[in-house]
Amino acid sequence: MSPQPVPQVRVVTLKIDGRDVGATEDETILEVARQNGIFIPTLCYLDGLPSIGACRICLCEIKGANKLLPACVTRVQEGMEVTTDSERLTRYRKTIVEMLFAERNHVCAVCVSNGHCELQSMAQKLGITHVHMPYRYPKLTVDATHARFVQDDNRCVLCTRCVRVCDEVEGAHTWDIMGRGIDARVITDLNQAWGDSSSCTGCGKCVHVCPTGALTEKGRSTAEMVKKQQFLQYLMQMREAKQ
Amino acid sequence: MARQIVIDPVTRIEGHAKITILLDDQGAVEDALFHVTQFRGFEKFVEGRPFHEMPAVMARICGICPVSHLVASAKACDALLAVRIPETAVKLRRLLNLAQFVQSHALSFFHLSSPDLLMGMDADPAQRNIFGVIQQQPELARDGVRLRQIGQKIIEILAGKRIHPSWVVPGGVSNPLTAERREQILAMIPDAFAIIHRTLDWYKIAFEQFRDEIRVFGNIPSLFLGLVTESEPGEHNAMFEHYDGKFRFVDESGNIVLDQVDPARYMDYIGEAVEPHSYLKSPYFKPKGYPNGIYRVGPLARLNIIDRCGTPQADREWTEFRALRRGVVLSSFHYHYARLIEILYSVETIQRLLNEPDILSPKVRAEAGVNALEGVGVSEAPRGLLIHHYKINEQGLLTWANMIIATGHNNLAMNQSVLQVAKHFVVSEKLTEGMLNRVEAVIRCYDPCLSCSTHAAGKMPLQIELKNSRGEVIDELVRG
Repeated sequence: MSPQPVPQVRVVTLKIDGRDVGATEDETILEVARQNGIFIPTLCYLDGLPSIGACRICLCEIKGANKLLPACVTRVQEGMEVTTDSERLTRYRKTIVEMLFAERNHVCAVCVSNGHCELQSMAQKLGITHVHMPYRYPKLTVDATHARFVQDDNRCVLCTRCVRVCDEVEGAHTWDIMGRGIDARVITDLNQAWGDSSSCTGCGKCVHVCPTGALTEKGRSTAEMVKKQQFLQYLMQMREAKQ
Repeated sequence: MARQIVIDPVTRIEGHAKITILLDDQGAVEDALFHVTQFRGFEKFVEGRPFHEMPAVMARICGICPVSHLVASAKACDALLAVRIPETAVKLRRLLNLAQFVQSHALSFFHLSSPDLLMGMDADPAQRNIFGVIQQQPELARDGVRLRQIGQKIIEILAGKRIHPSWVVPGGVSNPLTAERREQILAMIPDAFAIIHRTLDWYKIAFEQFRDEIRVFGNIPSLFLGLVTESEPGEHNAMFEHYDGKFRFVDESGNIVLDQVDPARYMDYIGEAVEPHSYLKSPYFKPKGYPNGIYRVGPLARLNIIDRCGTPQADREWTEFRALRRGVVLSSFHYHYARLIEILYSVETIQRLLNEPDILSPKVRAEAGVNALEGVGVSEAPRGLLIHHYKINEQGLLTWANMIIATGHNNLAMNQSVLQVAKHFVVSEKLTEGMLNRVEAVIRCYDPCLSCSTHAAGKMPLQIELKNSRGEVIDELVRG
């Protein structure tokens, strides 16, 4: 039997922030930037999960393109010239994060994830000191029906990491999105209480990939919820090794 | 023509308040009211939140005494867990609460009230503030700053930060004390002792010049309420208590009215009346009805209800204090004196607790789920008895909360005290600074904590309006 043909992946060269870098054409701008030590902020992206480009924090300028493109889902091309950091990008990124704060009730000071929250640290990194738009203060509920975990819609940024990890890694697909636009919410099963979910295995992967205090372990007090995300890369590596 | 004098805002207190003095047709004081003008709404917006968040959320009520709310709230949550928390956790919480007494009492005495005590009630208000104290008696100011720093530092060493720490959690505390940190605290104790003894010596001479004020600064008959150590009801061997213990009510003659009551039953004895002029409710002793059931809490009450402090140095001072008057000490002016004795007690007890063999034990937290749907947590805050009462659903989410803070308990007494001082000092139609300062100073005796804001520098503008019975402003005095 003749050996399977190895798919041809072309090597491309491009410029990121003025630096010449090499990559393969199946890689994203974000992956190549990180390999070369260039920082691009991200929020919905998590190494080990499929990327969806939802949060738009990783938007970059690409020479010749008439719009900004998310680095996490944009593949590199030969001769591409990418700018990851500019006054305009910082302004847009700040606005996105400010809008996330204004959209729901993120009360960092008393949040169980205070000090260990990716939204909070992103705001700090971007130098956000004020939110320049009115807060919406939506009336949202907390679901504490699960024996071990708590879901707090007040802190959710709709990154869908929980949906993706549950579907793609655990294989349970307990989480999903209900509603559209400003009314969108993450739900368990068919919008049933988490504690009543028949599909949830109670593995806790969703809790640990959640960037904020939206999904937490029960019984945690303010600033006590530390997320452990190393498991994800390890799991994915082990699975790839088996295949 | 009936007139109204409004002092708004009242300065050098913690929070926002105003005082209205009503004059009759002859210009004599008819009534005086103390209004708390801010609305917080904590009891409402915590509904629906997990109870494990409560200590840290409730601590945000105040930036001066967050520790007190942490402790009372965590105790209410312990009741929801229905667990007995580790003994070391109790001791660590006690340490934190006592450090809070030291820093808060130091703030009240040195930063807010010492300008009145050092310079007199009639001094120029431009001088009568902490900066004036720094100029006139720098060593007193330095002692005040240092003592408050010691209290704050102990809180920081124990809990991680000075203001709004989240170290106290339902079931205990989040981290044990280390030997190194214990030594850091112990190293500050000698300094604290030296300062408090020096201040007591100074104060015991200084207060002699305030005989007039002592006579009319809330020198009123009232009940006194606080926590005492557990003992046989009615027996005179109960000691000072600030964390656990039972309720004791004592009357104006020193008789025990009610003793060894479980604090969880506070609703059986304390009613809450609402007055239209203030956001602060007026609690009263139910058996005596409203408003006859007036009672006081805080340092003066605590030293009036006990039979001894329980530490040697504080007991010596306490004996001298109680000799001021047969029975119990009635004048609210002596809150200042009581505060200093409580600082001494706190420093002695901090030292004793730190030397206990199990203080470094790593077992400082009990883990449990929802085991009770209602919990009451009661402790003594620097300003007096603090009650947190929560109800939760099976999931552990708050469905109802009620809190009675020290300043609330004292509301009726503060109103009566303001009236007494106004009747004595506001005697003519010509308003003077000294006159109005005394009306404010009697409020400062209670060290009311009206919110998380502080005006320690005494820089807030003061506006007094004279109004006739139709509400028209006929005279105005503004300082700022």
